[in-house]
Amino acid sequence: MKPRFEPVVGRYLHLEISGRPNRLYIEEAGPADGIPLVCLHTAGADGRQFRHILNDEAITRHFRVIVFDMPWHGKSLPPEGFEREEYKLTTTSYTEMILDVCGALDLDRPVVMGCSIGGRIVLNLAIEHARRFRALIGLESADYQQPWYDTDWLHRPDVHGGEVCAGLVSGMMAPQSPSASRHETLWMYKSGGPGVFKGDLYFYRIDGDLREKVGCIDTSVCPLFLLTGEYDFSCTPEDTKRTAAKIKGAEVTIMERLGHFPMSENPAHFRTYILPVLEKVRGLK
Amino acid sequence: MDASEKIARRFEALPRLIAADPDLVRRGRFLDCDFEIGLGAILLLVSVRAGQVTSVARGPFLLKSSVFAIRADAETWEAFLEPRPKPGWHDILALTKTGRARIEGNLQPFMANLQVIKDMLAAPRALAPKEAVR
Repeated sequence: MKPRFEPVVGRYLHLEISGRPNRLYIEEAGPADGIPLVCLHTAGADGRQFRHILNDEAITRHFRVIVFDMPWHGKSLPPEGFEREEYKLTTTSYTEMILDVCGALDLDRPVVMGCSIGGRIVLNLAIEHARRFRALIGLESADYQQPWYDTDWLHRPDVHGGEVCAGLVSGMMAPQSPSASRHETLWMYKSGGPGVFKGDLYFYRIDGDLREKVGCIDTSVCPLFLLTGEYDFSCTPEDTKRTAAKIKGAEVTIMERLGHFPMSENPAHFRTYILPVLEKVRGLK
Repeated sequence: MDASEKIARRFEALPRLIAADPDLVRRGRFLDCDFEIGLGAILLLVSVRAGQVTSVARGPFLLKSSVFAIRADAETWEAFLEPRPKPGWHDILALTKTGRARIEGNLQPFMANLQVIKDMLAAPRALAPKEAVR
């Protein structure tokens, strides 16, 4: 095998998030003057989920793809003093994080594409900050999902956190997805810090119920695209369709042979769904 | 032979199915417990020692202990054990979310060995129905 570098650059950004100093790991690919496309990883994982998007020339020809690890995740550290607190993501803190990162990078009306919790928060961006974004893309996105396990299992001394997180989400992928990419996706869950997945799910389960709010989304201000995999039993196609039914103009795609992690569980198949969406986004003003 | 009996015979093949997967045995090496699989009226007691399924006994049982039980009707197990299950029928936790399966008892060993137990339960997918019911 001939050694090669990917055209992806990783750097650390020092910035304040909700007024608190943070050191954030960010990867980028594509032209500096491309359309900014900010990608948000799922709960308990990190930006490695988007490595195929970052390496897709059909995307980076036009888009400046930006992927950051949320604080507490991946190569981003928790903020100083973390050892004396329980990590809990909220609708407010997640929204401020995205706005602070976009502001620090001076992005002009970026596109934001988020998966799972990232898919939920793009709905809140559409509710509260639509004018700041060119388009919003929710993968495995819904205004609410029925819980299906007790999150106390995710962080306790008699169960290995990484193993149980991976064991829970493994069934949310399509059986047809390639073994290598399914296990790569699970590795990120096995690598997460203690209690981080649980803390993310505080937003997903408890704080981020948007059922009463999504009806106010105006897609003429900011177009909204929702794509959900048929094998996702956590955010089901029905959850996404129910959400979209309340939002005039939201475009829904149900993706066959994909589950909850489309961009990482089967990147080659996912691009057949996401490229046409990004083509539409390119045509927007 | 009815559907429950066909599924029971596929689960009764677990000792040889798991023994044929040394990686699964390695990952399950700390699992030592007896758990129950309920399929309709049939009860199976699966004994696991150091990741090996040492026996699958058929009930009814007289005052026999098990740590946890996973129960569903035969039709649900049949759909779960399809070689390429349909969405929503492909994962044991997808089945518990929809109420098609129930998991009862002490869930600590189940959660601590979650992927291993999920892989054990899915192992009979490898059996062609013809072989499974012979």
